[in-house]
Amino acid sequence: MKTILFIEDESALQKTVGEILKQEGYEVIPALDGEVGLKLAQRKTPDLILLDLVLPKLHGFEVLKKLKENSETKNIPVVVLTNLEGIEDVDKAIELGAQSYLVKAQYELKELVEKVKKILNE
Amino acid sequence: MNFLKRIFSKLNIVEQCKKYNLSLWQCPQFLFLVMGIIIVVSSLTAYAFGTRYIEDPLTVALIIQLLAGVLLVMAAIITRSFERLAEANRLKSEFISIVSHQLRSPLSNLKWTIELLTSGKLGRIEEKQVEYFKIIRENSNRMHELVSDLLTVSRIESAKLPFKKQRFSMQEFAKNLIMEYKPLASASNVEVIFKEVNGLPEVSSDPSRIKLVMENFLDNAIRYVNEKGRVEIKLSQENNNIRFSVKDNGVGIPEKDKKYIFQKFFRSGNVLKYQTKGSGLGLYISKAMIKKAKGKIGFQSKENKGSTFWFTIPIN
Repeated sequence: MKTILFIEDESALQKTVGEILKQEGYEVIPALDGEVGLKLAQRKTPDLILLDLVLPKLHGFEVLKKLKENSETKNIPVVVLTNLEGIEDVDKAIELGAQSYLVKAQYELKELVEKVKKILNE
Repeated sequence: MNFLKRIFSKLNIVEQCKKYNLSLWQCPQFLFLVMGIIIVVSSLTAYAFGTRYIEDPLTVALIIQLLAGVLLVMAAIITRSFERLAEANRLKSEFISIVSHQLRSPLSNLKWTIELLTSGKLGRIEEKQVEYFKIIRENSNRMHELVSDLLTVSRIESAKLPFKKQRFSMQEFAKNLIMEYKPLASASNVEVIFKEVNGLPEVSSDPSRIKLVMENFLDNAIRYVNEKGRVEIKLSQENNNIRFSVKDNGVGIPEKDKKYIFQKFFRSGNVLKYQTKGSGLGLYISKAMIKKAKGKIGFQSKENKGSTFWFTIPIN
């Protein structure tokens, strides 16, 4: 079973997105802040990381940077999932090594699931 | 070094004015510079005339100082009031931006949770409940759209709207648009007509921005019709531009409202009678998008007869 680490501080999203991904057959590991997210990424080496940007303790960009600096986690695909739409944020995320940048408000839940499935099947 | 950089940055009037998102002539710093030049010129002129017609040099000096003093006070008053206005405007835009960002998160959460609930994946929904879930979903979408519009407006005003050029066919867009709006059109008993044009060249512009304007025109045309509506979409080439227009036989725009139609939050009185939805931002955003695409936008309308909204964008 493929595992997805979901680093997101909104518990409502952890519940909703977690539920639908579980129904698709994935194991979802929740992390409610950047620091815990980073630790779990190193410990569990998931198949995919869904990363919010505005996070407590450690900002998403910092998490992304450290993930890509660590040899154990640098090859895990990271999908940034945020409501920040600025072009400078998109550019920075791609520059730091994110595979994809999804603005929550622009996607339906089922579209998000399709994107995740596509990346995990690659 | 940083200190010098800061001083130069403060002296860079164009940069300071960009912060307010105002034209140069509305910008307080630029106006102050202009007033300064006027004071210098006035003083020199007063000196030239004074020394010619007045014997006593002290009197001339006094007149020049008085003139310069009065002009300086006037300049300070004028630029200070412009500065206050500009700052108030900037704070208002910033407020809208902050609030909209904050609202976005709970609205996204709502949207996805509603989607999960209504998907049936958490169990079957009772017949009686379906309609009420539909109401929740529609209203959640409405709030979502309003917040998106507000954020777009805020980005337009702070001149932070990204514009990525690409070649695309407006004809293809128009055809897809009509497909997209088919359900709304038939639900509103509106016929949408579009005649394809041969040999229409592709344009080089930002497809998502142009699509937004086309959607806005078609959306308005379908919504603001009375009974049996007829909407005609036309595409044509005019010299080095492509012209897109949407003509409807709807409620039209009263003469007195015409000059406000592209303003933020403006909704015509006759429309408010028929509809309570709509943020009044669609046309303001459309105008800004077309302006960014270096095109032109306009409309013709007669109350109770209908309207034709059009825009042109350059091919290259």
